[in-house]
Amino acid sequence: MKFDKPAGTNPIDQLKVVGKPTPRIDGPLKTSGTAPYAYEQRDTPNAAYGYILGSAIAKGRITGMALGDAKAAPGVLAIVTAENAGKLGKGNFNTAKLLGGPDIEHYHQAIALVVAESFEQARAAASLIRVDYARDKGSFDLAAAKASAPLAKENGAETKVGDFAGAFAAAPVQLDATYTTPDHAHAMMEPHASIAAWNGDQLDLWTSNQMIAWSVADMAKTLGMPKEKIRMRSPFVGGGFGGKLFIRADVLLAALGAKAANRAVKVALPRPFIFNNTTHRPATIQRIRLGATRDGKLTAIGHESWSGDLPNGGPEGATAQTKLLYAGANRMTGLHLAVLDLPEGNAMRAPGEAPGLMALEVAMDELAEKLGIDPVDLRVINDTQVDPENPSRPYSQRQLNACLKIGADKFGWAKRARPGKVRDGRWLVGMGVAAAFRNNLVMKSAARVRLNAQGVVTVETDMTDIGTGTYTIVAQTAAEMLGVPLDKVVVKLGDSSFPVSAGSGGQWGANSATAGVYAACAKLREAVAQKLGVNSADAVFAGGKVKSGKRAVPLGEAAKNGEIVAEDAMEYGDLTKKYQQSTFGAHFVEVGVDAATAEIRIRRMLAVCAAGRILNPVSARSQVIGAMTMGAGAALMEELAVDKRFGFFVNHDLAGYEVPVHADMPHQEVIFLDETDPMSSPMKAKGVGELGICGVGAAVANAIYNATGVRVRDYPVTLDKLLEGMPEYA
Amino acid sequence: MKAFSYERAHSPAEAAAIVGRTQGARFIAGGTNLLDLMKLQIETPTHLVDVNHLGLDKIEATPEGGLRIGALVRNTDLAADRRVRKDYALLSRALVAGASGQLRNKATTAGNLLQRTRCPYFYDTNQPCNKRKPGSGCAAIGGINRSLAVIGASDACIATHPSDMAVAMRTLDAVVETVRADGATRAIPIAEFHTLPGDTPNVENSLAAGELITAVTLPRPIGGTHIYHKVRDRASYAFALVSVGAILQKDGTGRVAFGGVAPRPWRIEAAEAALAQGAKAAAALAFAGAKPTEQNKFKLVLAERTLAAAIAEARA
Repeated sequence: MKFDKPAGTNPIDQLKVVGKPTPRIDGPLKTSGTAPYAYEQRDTPNAAYGYILGSAIAKGRITGMALGDAKAAPGVLAIVTAENAGKLGKGNFNTAKLLGGPDIEHYHQAIALVVAESFEQARAAASLIRVDYARDKGSFDLAAAKASAPLAKENGAETKVGDFAGAFAAAPVQLDATYTTPDHAHAMMEPHASIAAWNGDQLDLWTSNQMIAWSVADMAKTLGMPKEKIRMRSPFVGGGFGGKLFIRADVLLAALGAKAANRAVKVALPRPFIFNNTTHRPATIQRIRLGATRDGKLTAIGHESWSGDLPNGGPEGATAQTKLLYAGANRMTGLHLAVLDLPEGNAMRAPGEAPGLMALEVAMDELAEKLGIDPVDLRVINDTQVDPENPSRPYSQRQLNACLKIGADKFGWAKRARPGKVRDGRWLVGMGVAAAFRNNLVMKSAARVRLNAQGVVTVETDMTDIGTGTYTIVAQTAAEMLGVPLDKVVVKLGDSSFPVSAGSGGQWGANSATAGVYAACAKLREAVAQKLGVNSADAVFAGGKVKSGKRAVPLGEAAKNGEIVAEDAMEYGDLTKKYQQSTFGAHFVEVGVDAATAEIRIRRMLAVCAAGRILNPVSARSQVIGAMTMGAGAALMEELAVDKRFGFFVNHDLAGYEVPVHADMPHQEVIFLDETDPMSSPMKAKGVGELGICGVGAAVANAIYNATGVRVRDYPVTLDKLLEGMPEYA
Repeated sequence: MKAFSYERAHSPAEAAAIVGRTQGARFIAGGTNLLDLMKLQIETPTHLVDVNHLGLDKIEATPEGGLRIGALVRNTDLAADRRVRKDYALLSRALVAGASGQLRNKATTAGNLLQRTRCPYFYDTNQPCNKRKPGSGCAAIGGINRSLAVIGASDACIATHPSDMAVAMRTLDAVVETVRADGATRAIPIAEFHTLPGDTPNVENSLAAGELITAVTLPRPIGGTHIYHKVRDRASYAFALVSVGAILQKDGTGRVAFGGVAPRPWRIEAAEAALAQGAKAAAALAFAGAKPTEQNKFKLVLAERTLAAAIAEARA
């Protein structure tokens, strides 16, 4: 099915199931501990255990590797290294090799897998491998590499509209400030984990992955085998956040280990290994220049960002939102990319916008103060209903101003005082606001739908549920389309033997995957109508029946002589080119800062989101409050600390890399505007899972400024950065 | 983790004797720290002697009017004990400020005193660390050291002691009771229990090989306002950047020890004499000779301000 015209009225608009608050249908499996996550699936009861050895240096080469003691250790079945693994390719989505050696590209790059009868034996044996290295000098310091970092090669790395330099110089009110964001870890709950089993030349993989088709293709490419010979299953994923968009060392080494040991092998990455072995959100240095008239109209908007990655890696697209968020005739953006020999950077929840807004939305707060204009008003004044770099493209929907105004009203924004003026006992109290912005991406997505004689509808798609609630919205979509209750729908996900979906990433999953299910269900409706001999245009699917005129037949009747199967994909025309499609929101945060210790504690948070139709308010809210929590972590504590001498992230466990705990998140509220976007898909939905984090960090930082009068431009905003500017305490 | 053997001892003296005579043997109690370190191959005992079932889990009144806390009393039980909450509230508050409910249910009184540092380089066996591997160097000096010591450290090691409970014990003048491998018992004042790193940061306390802690005793209660103020980057489940364990009397005198700043709970009795003059004076004396790094010099300001907050709280 092709989506190339704005959606008209369709069965989803009935909203009998879609749009209703619906507890997740896979919830009982998860709360009872019976959802089979990759490491726990029981199809391979005899699996051996693999344990990965990581490089002890960041850059250089292995000069010697003594495997003898490890081979002789109890229970050891096989040891895989680059030397004995055979020729390996590299996946399209990997920057560094997943099995390193002799050249080492980053710290904790996998260099060996020990396979043994038990996990403990494999781990003990791995420690007996003796490795000699020759270290090379690496580049580990973004600030030092910044001056010589060229423009990135990506499309859109540099944009220019009007005369930025002239307009900025002439602007009566100017802001020129530099902000930094550190490297961030996904820190998902479930570690990367896989089981691999060979059956002749057929490879079966159970893994924890967001993008099945990408990952099957990259496994095939890396192993030099046809992708038809690989079956990958990932029915449950305990969080991904972009860290599981690609294959990682666990799944590749499980496959290699299984081949070497001639036995199924399971591999999980230990927590202290994940931070340097896998990907992360790269650190940025961002310079923002804003020029405005005295009444607050932006006349010049400039945003440059520097990040680093391994050779042939990519930049963090921190300027993405600045191209689109505010009006202004003269603009420039630039993305610069330095070569750094740290572990590879890649996507993490709202790549680009998340760190970009942490800078831009503090800059807007600073500008508002210079102008003497309320920060909410400044954003409203600079609203645009068209793409400011290309004004012939209107927004499909843009209710940013409504988000800001409703949020300000609900949050009690009018009570916000000047910086450092509100005290509540030991706490200095402040409020902050930031706009939320994240583009809406649509991706081709397919599904297969089966109807049996009992009227049960089974949906099959390789779409993943990474904790987001996909099972439930897919079931809601099928139920709505076919007029059956939710308990008549079975959803099967995350299997490469199913049709290729959009996958889970870039907050495109909910809208795109359900649109694919919509397409398959539309096809099934036609097949059912034909089977029952009714005109599909007249047929009404409701209450488990198909009604046409005065005739009403149970849906299952159509399949009484055999299952009916329909498969289709939703593909997209050029509506995303004609219309700018984005999601919007406003974050409001109140913080308290301890007058003595400068400890920062969030008191309450509100997000108002305009993101098209909300398919399931329960799971959408869950996504947004989770994202707000992640944004609070980025604002207050999350930082992969770089040892610039040895080139690695030092705090590589969850004791050192702190993320918010419950006590950090006392009160969160989410409001969704009642909205549909007919340009996005027949579902008229968009995404919220990334919108929720966008702007949160800046809202927190702005609230801290409002509480204390101390402006911190280097994240995370920790108490040591406030202490010097805090009022005397005695 | 290296493979190890395991046995249960039948008495404290037997446990001490076994560990004393067995190369590479260690006691195992709650295991909340030792097991993690074994998995990371930082601790590599060949034999574990389980001391969990030796009856060392009681809290008893002493003839001197204090409390004798068995070495195996769990942190949760100690924090909840009515006598502790009434007379040694500082200890109760320090305990509940540490770790998580689950960990406190397992962690023991003696084990808490023996926690190893949380220096990230100690935790990474690829990195030099004089505490983990004597003579290999200290990667924290010149590396990432925001959380590490500002005083009491050495050129060999700048690790901090992570315990909250130990800070309270130091303020309360606790005494550590032990039994040695030869069966002899002794009492070690807490001030002499934790040692400074000097050239041997691998040595962290004054226990001899095989010496088992059997109890920690608290002297008679001294009244006063008990405050444990723990400063950290997040609201719970984090180690202290700085903590202040203080017992402050109405006349302005008192005791104070600091956590998160040194290789052991940091208490300078001479500084307490200046408490009545305020936080600035007392902190100046407590931290005289401090050698902070660029990343952790904020701890000196923070310690003073946190002490000031404690004094203000006691006055309120």
